[in-house]
Amino acid sequence: MNTLQLTLGPVLFYWSRDDILRFYSEAADWPLETIYLGEAVCSRRQQLRGQDWIALGKELAESGRHVVLSSLALIESESDLRRLRKLVENGELQLEANDLGAARLAQQQGRPFVAGHHLNIYNADTLALLQSLGARRWIPPVEMDRDTLAAVLQQVSDKGLNIETELFAWGRLPLALSARCFTARHYNLSKDDCQFRCLEHPDGLRLNTREQQAFLTINGIQTMSDGCHSLLPHLADIAAMGVRAVRISPQWQHTERVVAGYQQAIQALNSPLHTDIDLAPYADSRLVDGYWRGEAGIAAIGEAHHAHS
Amino acid sequence: MPATRPLPELVCPAGSLPALKAAVDNGADTVYLGLKNDTNARNFAGLNFDDRTAREGIRYAHQHERKVLLAINTYAQGGDISRWHRAIDEGADLGVDAIILADIGLMEYARRRYPELRLHMSVQSSATNYEAINLAQELFDIRRAVLPRVLTLDQVKQVIDHTRVEIEVFGFGSLCVMVEGRCLLSSYATGESPNSHGVCSPAKFVRWEHGSQALGARLNGILIDEYQQGEPAGYPTLCKGRFEVEGDTYYALEEPTSLNVMAMLPQIIDIGVAAIKVEGRQRSPAYVAQVTRTLREALDAAGREPQRFSVKPGWTQALSKLAEGQQQTLGAYNRPWK
Repeated sequence: MNTLQLTLGPVLFYWSRDDILRFYSEAADWPLETIYLGEAVCSRRQQLRGQDWIALGKELAESGRHVVLSSLALIESESDLRRLRKLVENGELQLEANDLGAARLAQQQGRPFVAGHHLNIYNADTLALLQSLGARRWIPPVEMDRDTLAAVLQQVSDKGLNIETELFAWGRLPLALSARCFTARHYNLSKDDCQFRCLEHPDGLRLNTREQQAFLTINGIQTMSDGCHSLLPHLADIAAMGVRAVRISPQWQHTERVVAGYQQAIQALNSPLHTDIDLAPYADSRLVDGYWRGEAGIAAIGEAHHAHS
Repeated sequence: MPATRPLPELVCPAGSLPALKAAVDNGADTVYLGLKNDTNARNFAGLNFDDRTAREGIRYAHQHERKVLLAINTYAQGGDISRWHRAIDEGADLGVDAIILADIGLMEYARRRYPELRLHMSVQSSATNYEAINLAQELFDIRRAVLPRVLTLDQVKQVIDHTRVEIEVFGFGSLCVMVEGRCLLSSYATGESPNSHGVCSPAKFVRWEHGSQALGARLNGILIDEYQQGEPAGYPTLCKGRFEVEGDTYYALEEPTSLNVMAMLPQIIDIGVAAIKVEGRQRSPAYVAQVTRTLREALDAAGREPQRFSVKPGWTQALSKLAEGQQQTLGAYNRPWK
């Protein structure tokens, strides 16, 4: 069995150019198989432009990392498509396709790609189709539970499909995308004049219920969970299922500690010694894993959250 | 002036046989329906069609020379996807005029098994650009795509100008503020989402809490909103609740409003939209009748005299009584192009 690998997802928040460059100069030394980078959320975020992401990616690739460019998940305008074409045509780095249009462009260029979790692959037939278009790896939808994934992977194996699986394993869950910007809405600004207020919220804006239960995170046009999804307790099962890699989603602080914790946990899988790794201090919200257990995604690790059924 | 465009088809919801007949009787060109299971995105108790009602509905519509579309617009889940395949087989057997699919794996199945069957790309496929639509056209010969309710009118035009696939847009009904097919808020709160179970904020998770001061609306225990006495209470769809962000309590994601594109009909016709869809398979036959009749009148008027078209007060009045939260909006369509 292959050892489980660690990857770093694209930064989903809006950080300044300097912060991004600093983050990746540090990340270059972390024990990561693959680094994903690029703007995957909002087309207005241009602290780094397409060319800058490509240059940064090539630099990281030269230092020996496998680098993948993540495409925008919501492609609406002709200028979004122009930027996407530039990413696909970079000639060197692979693309993470977060939209069917991106998958089509990669296919037309004859370039292998990663099928991102926004492509909504919920069964092996759909996965086989994406693979035939050039997908070499896929990320299941973040809401997919363990048993559904196991059933899909069984069929992948039965069909002899040659495709790797990567799971979203740590971070606030990307749950929804909109044409509207909720950060701009919070500041009573229009989306087209948002003044880039996302820069002030490097981990997003917390949305509480009216009785102060932390519920969601506003991140521009994206809505995320407040809970920090963690598959750390399930790594042995995940490795045994044949998953190739687990993804850490970058956060403003302590990403390095989280990567180190996962690395330690993965190493412990092959050792008889018991290790007890607690990453809760490095999350600034509650740890949740409900999705993996077939519960509501908000269910905290170890907790049932089904009021019914 | 461009050549006169054909009028877009008016596509109306049928959650039941009476709703289907109401749509046909009041001027729908096409109705769409789903089967009684989780293969469609309005998988609600008491709604949708079995074999007998589907046959009767199709017979009724075809007798009146209208079309029937079958929505199979959830994503086939996991190891056993025979339910979705059977739904496609059933649609082909029933003789529907097209099947609306979200999952591209299912499009592949439908095309392979039924080469003559007309396929539409569901709004749940999240196809917001022509590259995505053209991929499905090349691979599966889809004939129509339904656009998510997130594009401006100019963006809709961009899509139309770059594809041979017919384009259908939403014209009236509840407003989904998130990109369809890309929203998991419901499963985060309850474990069930439109993609996986064909439901959003499902009723079985709703609990009303009658306090002395206020009425609380909870979804799986999570407080979605709270209403003071005298305040109208709405269904706790979770993106339409009031939440607190940095000390402000407000509709942080979306106000309960309805989409209504009536004022834009001449432009919608002019850019070449092929069909206008009314949301609401969960609505009553009376609702479907009223909305269909009003939009039929408005569409015909816009087609006859696009230059002189204006929204008649009677239409607005008829629709505003039905609109969610009593407010109506043009949605994303009128965001200024940049």
